[in-house]
Amino acid sequence: MSVATATAREERLLGLARAHGLGMIAEKVLARERLSHDDGIALYRSPHLHAVGALANHVRERLHGDLAYFNVNQHVNYTNLCNKLCRFCAFQRLPGQAGAYQMTPEQVADKIRAQLGEPVTEVHMVAGVWPKIPYSYYLDILRAVKSVRPEIHIKAFTMVELDQIAKTAKKPLEAVLEELKAAGLGSVPGGGAEIFSERVRRATYHLKISGDEWLAIARKVHRSGLRSNCTMLHGHIETPEERVDHLDRLRRLQDETGGFQTYIPLSFHPENSEMADVPGPTAVDELREIALGRLLLDNIPHIKAYWILMDIPIAQLALSYGADDVDGTVVEEHIYHDAGATTPEVVKRAELVQWIRDAGRIPVERDTLYNVVWSADPELAPVGRPAPVAI
Amino acid sequence: MQQAPAAPSATAHPLWNAPLASRARSGEVARELERIGAKVRAGRRITPEEALYLHERADMLTLGLLADHVRRAKHPEPHVTYIVDRNLNPTNVCITDCGFCAFYRRPKADGAYVLPREEIVSRMQELADLGGRQVLMQGGHHPYLKSDWWCELFTDLRARFPQINLHALSAPELDHLSKLDKRPVEDVLRDLIAAGLGSVPGAGAEILVERVRTIIAPKKTSTERWLEVHRRVHEAGLRSSATMMFGHVETTAECIEHLTRLRDLQDETGGFTAFACWLMQPDGVPEEHLYPERKTPSVYLRMQALARIYLDNFDNIQTSYVTAGLKMAQVTLSYGCNDFGGTMLEENVVSAAGCFNLAPIQKLEHVISRAGFTPLQRNSWYGVVDPRHPQLQRGPDSGAESRPRAFAKAVKA
Repeated sequence: MSVATATAREERLLGLARAHGLGMIAEKVLARERLSHDDGIALYRSPHLHAVGALANHVRERLHGDLAYFNVNQHVNYTNLCNKLCRFCAFQRLPGQAGAYQMTPEQVADKIRAQLGEPVTEVHMVAGVWPKIPYSYYLDILRAVKSVRPEIHIKAFTMVELDQIAKTAKKPLEAVLEELKAAGLGSVPGGGAEIFSERVRRATYHLKISGDEWLAIARKVHRSGLRSNCTMLHGHIETPEERVDHLDRLRRLQDETGGFQTYIPLSFHPENSEMADVPGPTAVDELREIALGRLLLDNIPHIKAYWILMDIPIAQLALSYGADDVDGTVVEEHIYHDAGATTPEVVKRAELVQWIRDAGRIPVERDTLYNVVWSADPELAPVGRPAPVAI
Repeated sequence: MQQAPAAPSATAHPLWNAPLASRARSGEVARELERIGAKVRAGRRITPEEALYLHERADMLTLGLLADHVRRAKHPEPHVTYIVDRNLNPTNVCITDCGFCAFYRRPKADGAYVLPREEIVSRMQELADLGGRQVLMQGGHHPYLKSDWWCELFTDLRARFPQINLHALSAPELDHLSKLDKRPVEDVLRDLIAAGLGSVPGAGAEILVERVRTIIAPKKTSTERWLEVHRRVHEAGLRSSATMMFGHVETTAECIEHLTRLRDLQDETGGFTAFACWLMQPDGVPEEHLYPERKTPSVYLRMQALARIYLDNFDNIQTSYVTAGLKMAQVTLSYGCNDFGGTMLEENVVSAAGCFNLAPIQKLEHVISRAGFTPLQRNSWYGVVDPRHPQLQRGPDSGAESRPRAFAKAVKA
């Protein structure tokens, strides 16, 4: 890129930001400086979607150019038994309640077997938290998956589940992680973080682990050599200040461990939960959440627009507002569909590729650890190599 | 490693419906986009070639920013309008056989209907009870319902519901009535207006290019005739809207040709109130096999933005939430749209094609507000008539206050 053009573009970005009161923030973004708490609040408060989006897009293109990642994955929600009683959840059941289930390891294996004809590279396995499930069960379901499809990557057990698994095992988490790894665990998903604010936790999910505990477990996960994702549940009763604080705490842990691969804002879906009176985030709120994630989390390589939650049009558009990943083909999603998500539960690989093309990006299939599996532009993103990131 | 499908060539992108941002950032492309953008920001009209260049080269945010600029220049206040209306399709009997339409039935086919008067009146009453201001009344091209049937219906409805504007009979229907009546469309219009027709919807435009029409709607009103009917509507003193249905067999250049025809007629008559476009909904239509896969939402958003940039003589651009969904519609408010259209309390034509995105008013207002705009109710002539905001009342109060330029000329002549 010629210097003159780069300057003209940056001048235009600065002009746009200044016109909407974001000039100082834009200068920091262009200088690659870390944004402050107050910067985050200002970005949340700005009514101008394009100004916020263009800043985030600038960072996104600096890191990833036009590349946009997806994977071919399947979900297994092994049980909906849960004792956390989170008010925003429509998935949880207590034993004896209609629809309550727990899969046997053989049933988990059947789910994997059913997709053997598909080029699935990852199984995403998360569920409710139930203390009576024996420790051996968790090892058994990991082994069941691997026995059917040895090469598949298992991304399983949120920090909340890991907390319970260690308690059930009556062993230190470090030891439990080694045993789970030996049974096939490949990485850890980012769910269960919700909002780290104690105020919100007390009001909506007081039985779940606190923000400090979530971060402490994530630290141990990363120290054990596993990568994880991280999330934030937004669009319920949390404030912008609490969101910025949440993102800042993720950023600080990432400075320490470097273990987070991807940040995923999770849109609250109110239907069928105890909080059905809360309207939930709209499309522009979701795009702003993507943009804020990209702008504040300067040390996390990837930002994911999880299409299952956002819906296809907004996930496509999010690729111009800071996101560089749209998740995967997702077979059998239950947690958000029980909460009223109306998106399809599965999408064909070819469809994902087409959405990304239509959004003006270059589709790249990745595995869970961001190695390139297939690339629409093998020169920019060579197959078999780690995804290029200019971070 | 999985068996990967053949990678498309990195230089030729047959499936690429949008340009890559990285190619718009440097060299000749960046300079040309900068030149066209400067023109748009200066409020100057762009050529069809420049519009095509924008579509083929500008990335999403560039298009969005330009469209948003034009929208805010035309509507500096952060308002988004909509009208409380309902769809009423008096008949689905049609002899035009469009392969993309899931609504129509051949005469005497199963499910063919003509609504009884009591049914029409009761639906109008429901609308009146909700404070509705407009009924969008269109239907099939019925072989026996001539203009006198419509005139009688309109006279009756105007007498019963004087507060509800009859936004009725698209150009192909008016053309059909002219043929059934064996008299010029001007004469048909004169009688319909006398009976109470208040404005004309923009449907049936599809793509105003003959190559496309001969494929998708060979029996439907031609391009020239569609434009001619709207010209006559404007000369007769009524406003009409304009539409485009794309994402099927047309090329981008043909979309721009369509927009050019509309822009030219608007220069001539000043009679169009608004423009709306939507992607064709191919699920379950009679000739589904003829149509490509449904285009993805970004393709729609790019065209919606381009239309705002290109149609510099149109005051209003309507979003298409019925086909695009409420989430996308909210985003279009930052991509050139300033109007949410009608509340569509019933929408047979699109919902029959698998589209259930009907939103109640509160939800609609919530998304408008969350996007940073004040939702305001309007009338069929885009006058603001929101009982909650009397101080914001502005614009025409009736069709009589909103005559197209072409009307004065026609009267003089």
